[in-house]
Amino acid sequence: MKAGRTLLVGLALTLSHDAWAATPMSYLRTFGPAGYPVTRLGWGLGIISVSVVVIVGLLLLGGIFRRRGPRRLSDPNALAVRRDAGGMAWIYIGVGISSLVLIGAMIWTLVVTAVVAHPSSRPALTVQVSASQWWWALRYDTEQPSRTFTSANEIHIPVGQPVRFEVTSTDVIHSFWVPKLGGKIDVIPGQTNVTWLQADQPGVYRGQCAVFCGTEHARMALQVIAQSPADFRAWQESQLADAPRPATPEQQHGTRVFQSHCAACHTIRGSNAGGLVGPDLSHLMSRRTLAAGVLSNTPGNLAGWIVHPQSVKPGSRMPDQTLSGPQLAALMAYLQTLH
Amino acid sequence: MTEIAISSTTLPVGSKGRDASGWWGMLALVATEATLFAYLLFSYFYLASHSPPPWPPNGAPSLTLAIPGSLVLIAGSVTMWWGERGIERGRRWQLVAGLLLSLLLGIAFIVLEGIEWAGKPYTLSSSVYSSLYFTITGFHLAHVLVGLLILAVLLLWTGFDYFDENRHSAVSIGVIYWHFVTVVWLAVFFTFYIAPRLG
Amino acid sequence: MTRTETHRAPVIAQATDASPSSDTLRKNWEGPGGWRGWLSTVDHKEIGKRYLLTAFVFLLIGGLEAAVMRAQLATPDGHLLSAEQYAQLFTMHGVTMIFLYALPVLSGFSNYLWPLLLGSRDMAFPRLNAFSYWVFLFAGIFLYASFVMGKAPDDGWFNYVPYASREFNPGPNIDVYALGMVLLGVSTTVGSINFIVTLFRTRAPGMSINRVPILVWGTLTASVGNLFAVPAVSLAFLMLWMDRQLGTHFFDVSAGGQPLLWQHLFWMFGHPWVYAIVLPAMGIVSDGLPTFCRRPLVGYTAVALATVTTMVLGFGVWAHHMFATGLPVMSLSYFSASSMVIVIPSAVAVFAWIATIWTGRPVFTTAFLYFSSFVLLFVIGGVSGFMTASVPVDLELTHTYFVVAHLHYVLIGINVFPVVGGIYYWFPKITGRMMSERLGKWSFWIMFIGFNVGFFPMHILGLAGMPRRVYTYPSGLGWGSWNMVATLGSYLFAIGIAMFLVNVWISLKRGKAAGRNPWGAPSLEWSTSSPPPVYNFAVIPNVASRYPLWEGYMDDDEDTGGSTIHEGLLLDHGRETIGTTMLDAEPAVILKMPGDTYTPLLLALALTLLFVGLLAQAWWAVGAGVLLTLLATITWLWPQRKLSQIER
Repeated sequence: MKAGRTLLVGLALTLSHDAWAATPMSYLRTFGPAGYPVTRLGWGLGIISVSVVVIVGLLLLGGIFRRRGPRRLSDPNALAVRRDAGGMAWIYIGVGISSLVLIGAMIWTLVVTAVVAHPSSRPALTVQVSASQWWWALRYDTEQPSRTFTSANEIHIPVGQPVRFEVTSTDVIHSFWVPKLGGKIDVIPGQTNVTWLQADQPGVYRGQCAVFCGTEHARMALQVIAQSPADFRAWQESQLADAPRPATPEQQHGTRVFQSHCAACHTIRGSNAGGLVGPDLSHLMSRRTLAAGVLSNTPGNLAGWIVHPQSVKPGSRMPDQTLSGPQLAALMAYLQTLH
Repeated sequence: MTEIAISSTTLPVGSKGRDASGWWGMLALVATEATLFAYLLFSYFYLASHSPPPWPPNGAPSLTLAIPGSLVLIAGSVTMWWGERGIERGRRWQLVAGLLLSLLLGIAFIVLEGIEWAGKPYTLSSSVYSSLYFTITGFHLAHVLVGLLILAVLLLWTGFDYFDENRHSAVSIGVIYWHFVTVVWLAVFFTFYIAPRLG
Repeated sequence: MTRTETHRAPVIAQATDASPSSDTLRKNWEGPGGWRGWLSTVDHKEIGKRYLLTAFVFLLIGGLEAAVMRAQLATPDGHLLSAEQYAQLFTMHGVTMIFLYALPVLSGFSNYLWPLLLGSRDMAFPRLNAFSYWVFLFAGIFLYASFVMGKAPDDGWFNYVPYASREFNPGPNIDVYALGMVLLGVSTTVGSINFIVTLFRTRAPGMSINRVPILVWGTLTASVGNLFAVPAVSLAFLMLWMDRQLGTHFFDVSAGGQPLLWQHLFWMFGHPWVYAIVLPAMGIVSDGLPTFCRRPLVGYTAVALATVTTMVLGFGVWAHHMFATGLPVMSLSYFSASSMVIVIPSAVAVFAWIATIWTGRPVFTTAFLYFSSFVLLFVIGGVSGFMTASVPVDLELTHTYFVVAHLHYVLIGINVFPVVGGIYYWFPKITGRMMSERLGKWSFWIMFIGFNVGFFPMHILGLAGMPRRVYTYPSGLGWGSWNMVATLGSYLFAIGIAMFLVNVWISLKRGKAAGRNPWGAPSLEWSTSSPPPVYNFAVIPNVASRYPLWEGYMDDDEDTGGSTIHEGLLLDHGRETIGTTMLDAEPAVILKMPGDTYTPLLLALALTLLFVGLLAQAWWAVGAGVLLTLLATITWLWPQRKLSQIER
């Protein structure tokens, strides 16, 4: 009994806590023009919907209790009432009103569809997103090929400017979704889908794959980091730079470990490592998370991930690595230079 | 029980031609089968519209065998219609002749199709087009085979003297399927042989 | 040799089940007893009961799968299940509920009830009916065969390629699903054909098309829909199997195939299918509510037309499942608008139900509670569907728990609630015993509260951005507590279902005798004994109105009066029933009905052998399956003198 009450109280507390605390994936409030009109429309339709449910619920209750029938059906008085009891007016009026609301909602929908189809100004930037099981490769294209660079899982964008996203997949269907900035676009192999997003406030916006794409679908997150244009340019410059050369002997040892264990799949620009299967690690330390949002990027998590990815994210394409203690230490020392 | 009366109208008893429930059942079966082919052809046009030209990759297929094949199938439908008319008037020999002619024409179609298949430079797994070609014509061929089986069984039953002007609903029902096989072929023929020439 | 009769002036008689003439009928219609009778029966009532029972078994299996998933999701970072186990569970849960429960349970009702509602002695094709059941059963077992080996389908019930292709999913999981669905499609198709022809052919004299119960309209519409929808999914699955095993390239991106072709074909089927699994259930309510509101349904014609309209529109909206796939804005707008238009026929039905309750005098039976609460659940499921029909909003809502909430309100609210209500309503007819009303009301309230507590929070989870089909989620996203609520609520719902089953069990043994018509209901099935005799009706009734058993109690204008329930065609020369014309139901032909036979079972076994052979790629089994299928079919169709298919 007591345990039950504790459970109930606890539940009520967590409920109210959760309801008002951060819901980083909620789109009840959005933060950019690709989201605003949609959010308004969503609230509008939601209010219409709740009203309809309430009205129908009240009518039902009214109908049920208004004129209760006989208690027992064997009673001769229980037999049918007269057919001329009418009722067709309900259908005419109910369907009439529903249709008017419907037409309104339809027009509103078509307008919003057209409005959010394209950004109001030319996108400042195009990001190529290539999804794989279960992470996101990113390529920042510019007109100058020398200023193109790649990254993974964390998308930096400048605040206040529309950004164009061209998405495609190397394997199965995924869906690219940053709820606080706008709707989804499916990521389909063999075709390039286009969408756009814009953040009006600096901040970190969480996203996640939305179409079931295999075992680790649940853990294929991404983050959009909106920065002031100046900060964004600074970040862009830092990403364009090659990774620093290893300075200490331990770091040099780490490079060799990387070459023998990691380079087949991962690239570090400025080194001999040029694998294309996994994320580009040139600026690994500039990222906030590891394994597509599964772990925060701390040295402990990084070491654990390198040695046992299969226990952190079972099914991941990265195999467990057999490294001796010194090898791992050297590798970590090297990786931690990749800012 | 109180017997009130004998009904003033006499009613037919049992399956007589189109009074048979099976006749309706066959129409429904043909409707769903026709839909199946519609979805097959939808897949063809969908994949064609999403493929880089040229489509078909090797150019439109030759009409040399396809036109005779089509004519043979149409002729097979006509002979079957004639045979069914025969049994409706009690002429069993006409049904037998119609069944035999249709069987022969159906076999001729299969032979022509077989020659065409053998002459193709590609196989089922060569490309999207070849997958479509062999799957769709293969589906149709399977239907021709079933149709031929129906005709053969009807021929057998006619041999047992099961049918006369009163009782021949099995014939009427089987014939619908045979006509369906012809009509569907025309759709397949148009899609594969004519449509690419229109573009 | 004597010839079979080609014409007869049939006898008109007055009779009930107690009349001596009924002994002849019983002798004509009764099959052999024991296991032989069990395997060879073609009685629609037997088959209907089997459909219901089997579907409920699958409902329980699917429910257990859901319960395990809810345990996993109750808290963040749950680790009861591995990702792969979760994938198999949510896939089998969907497959089971949608394909092995939702339609079959309605087929069960319709199989059992149609001839009784229509005043006939069986369906148009009794043997096809048996075949349809056996294939359904074998396909269900087939789909579950790999589950026990841990290799169940694992790509969700809509099975998107390329994840379902051999490259990414090399095991037998998807092959089982693909072939199982083609096999199940055979059952659905022949079942649908049977309903359509039954409606056209075997209604009682006078039951013109505007007098058939709404359940019949619902099942007819669903069946016609299936006829045009099922080929799409059978074809898609066959093409997928060919891609996987024969090297074709329909969905193979690297060779120019198109993953979206799968989605088009699947949803061209999938959306009409959704209507196929709700329209008959809506029919159950449209026929049940009048009984308990003590008045005819308001707007019969409007509701019947709305039923048909919903299905017709349902064929033009498939791409609303694909709004996020990058379709052009023009087609997004079209599919959005057409999806919204479906609100109109739905509104017709809703207001017809409300008006029926409002202007009637409701009797608070358990069945009435299920039917009236269904109206509310229908509206909740409807408006959430309306929201997802709006493209820009859907781009946020799609693939989230909002859709999970929506589809459970549709499938549980519009299918399970009417079905359970329908069992409370027709249980006395099927078994001859009443169910406990006291336990029934308890089970209703627990189901109703549990369902809403369990599934309403999923709307909120969706709005909080939780994607569907995730086997786990981190904390800090605001999803934890609502998931806990959903889990607890769904367990409460499960308790409600369990109480309902207990009620069925107890009432089967101890329920009080029902009599012919315990509810004072208006339609023909209540005019015969409970349970009905094997031949259904001692004489074929003549129908002169929409509510024949209410005639004389309704102060009515045009078409009341003149139905004769216990006076009509006797038809006792073997198994016989009357065939009538399509629209006006004038007597047209005396139909000879087939006797009990093993052929449907044998054909179903042969077909299953064929599919097992394809799965195992044992070509000898495929060959044997084809040969046996052909032999069984020819045996089945062999003209019989008894059926007046030949004269001599």
